[in-house]
Amino acid sequence: MSVPTKLQEPHLARRHRIDKAFEWVCCGSTWFGVVVLGMLLLSVGWKALTWPPSKAKLPSSPVATVEATSSSAPLSTRFFSSYDSRKPREAGILAAIWGSLWLIVLVALFSVPIGVGSAVYLEEYANDGRLKRIIQVNLSNLAGVPSIVYALLGMTAFVKMFGFFTKDEGKSLVINLLFTTVDVPLPFDRTLISGALTLTLLVLPTVIVASQEALRAVPSSIRTASYALGATQWQTIRYQVIPAAMPGIMTGVILALSRAMGEAAPLMLIGALTYVAYTPGDITSVSDIFKNPHGLLDAPFDKFTALPLQIYQWINHPRAEYGHLAAAGIMVLLTILLLMNTVAIVIRHKFQKCTRW
Amino acid sequence: MSLANAVSPLTPPKTGLRLQKQFSWARAREAGVRAVLLGCASLSLLTTLAIVYMFLTEAVYSVTPGTTAFFQEVSLWNFLADTEWSPQFADKHFGILPLLCGTFVIAGIGSLIGLPIGLAAAIYLSEYAKPKFRRMMKPVLEVLAGIPSVVYGYFALVFVTPYALRPIFQSLLGIDVDIFNAMSAGVVLGVMIIPTVCSLSEDALRAVPRGLREAGYALGSTKYDVSLKVVVPAAFSGIVASFLLAISRAIGETMAVCIAAGQMPRLSLNPFRSMETMTAYMVGASLGDTPAGTIEYKSLYAVGFTLFLITLGMNILANWVMNRFREVYE
Repeated sequence: MSVPTKLQEPHLARRHRIDKAFEWVCCGSTWFGVVVLGMLLLSVGWKALTWPPSKAKLPSSPVATVEATSSSAPLSTRFFSSYDSRKPREAGILAAIWGSLWLIVLVALFSVPIGVGSAVYLEEYANDGRLKRIIQVNLSNLAGVPSIVYALLGMTAFVKMFGFFTKDEGKSLVINLLFTTVDVPLPFDRTLISGALTLTLLVLPTVIVASQEALRAVPSSIRTASYALGATQWQTIRYQVIPAAMPGIMTGVILALSRAMGEAAPLMLIGALTYVAYTPGDITSVSDIFKNPHGLLDAPFDKFTALPLQIYQWINHPRAEYGHLAAAGIMVLLTILLLMNTVAIVIRHKFQKCTRW
Repeated sequence: MSLANAVSPLTPPKTGLRLQKQFSWARAREAGVRAVLLGCASLSLLTTLAIVYMFLTEAVYSVTPGTTAFFQEVSLWNFLADTEWSPQFADKHFGILPLLCGTFVIAGIGSLIGLPIGLAAAIYLSEYAKPKFRRMMKPVLEVLAGIPSVVYGYFALVFVTPYALRPIFQSLLGIDVDIFNAMSAGVVLGVMIIPTVCSLSEDALRAVPRGLREAGYALGSTKYDVSLKVVVPAAFSGIVASFLLAISRAIGETMAVCIAAGQMPRLSLNPFRSMETMTAYMVGASLGDTPAGTIEYKSLYAVGFTLFLITLGMNILANWVMNRFREVYE
């Protein structure tokens, strides 16, 4: 940029050297994250594709050879189709996958309407008064509350329901849906619905803030144009503002859901960490839904396990094989999360390109 | 009618008096929708109230007859001053200090690693990097932020301790490194907070107007001078706020710390031994299926309350710093 002349500036060369060094330090810091990410993926991937060197290589034990031939790597097709097992080479993540899937669906069902509703109220209806300010401050504080505190809240409010119902009575609420009935245990105890509600509370602040930003990005001319055509406020929001903000909302929701998907601590405190050898509602494939539609209604009140929980359980297991199973589980979890993140990024990218107000 | 009285310029213009007095289903629906949405928005307030209610009734003062809260059985002085934490043993001690010590040692190591690296990365992305590089790097950092904490814990256990810490500290320097140790937890915690620090600090750095930088260059500064002596001081409040938020996240982090640092409450500053944080205790206690009503069970709430107060305090401080010391540019 400038020609260093020794006469005018004796320190110039040194200052440029400092500048270069600083640039390298900062560049290195930026790459640090990438390098760690790479090492993490490599070490986990390597573990997921190999079994530990077995101590007993003696041909005398036929059981070991049978086990060894049953699958070549922890991450295999068998891994997806079997339940957790006391024999590490036969263990799989069937229950965990379905548990996580149910959790995500339920969390989405709860958090999207409530989250978007709150955001719409705050952005479109609320005046800049005290109520809005209080809710806004409260939201930013809730977003900073550690997940373990939400876990305690979930345990108290959903699993035990503040002790309003005594557990011994085995009370349950039978809801009549005209064509069928649903048995709702009270309190919810350690079921899927407790987990889903806890995770909903956890992700709600994120969903609300993301939706608010998306709504704020919709220009006010869209709204005034709609009013000018005689639409009411709700019609304007329902048919103009929300569709326009949809990509932003979707991105926020998907990112929040992927956070919920990887969260283990809340579920742990709720007490979902048990040996589970069935899937919620006994649904293990899509065809089961048609065979047993009532399973869909029973599923939220079943006990469950989830991917991060299963992984934690395997990490904590003293046998070395389970460590490799944990790695395989992590690979599955990361793949799902990466897919969700990619979808979110693609939506945002498309949105940035297509929309020109 | 409140709908027509709203002061926001976006609400429909005030209609005539005659219309206002008439009842119409459309109007009723509008009011109904508004009420439902208000209900959604107040749910977040309800969550906060529920958290506060839970902590007050379970930890401070029980409202249910026949039960006592944690601090009705253990005095606050014992809780804060006792140097031993042993709720599982026959000789029960409820001193929060070992847990606090573990929490702060691990969060401290994490901050020492994560804060400088995060800030340097933010400076690089906002001051040095070409837009293309920035666009490429941002999603990578988002992926880093999206990796679940269980995975980081596993990484600490199978990679950081055996392949990074043990070769350096045990083989070279001769310090014993436990399998579960605070150092590995701190290292992964540092990695975990990098995305938070980086993206928040970068926002603050980019908000500094271009004119300030150009004035610096006009005086003959190098990029280093401009970055560290002009831009960073100008964005100082934002950077401090990002640091505080990251530390508060590090303190509240659960699974990674629980897996990597183990569950041994210890009042020491040696980062190569196993330590227990507040969050790890809560997870550990819940694993044993502690029956409700016992003092162990109530201690969950006492620890949770302490954690809640600490993180809440830091978040409030971060917001205050952000608003109080913000430099406003036109």
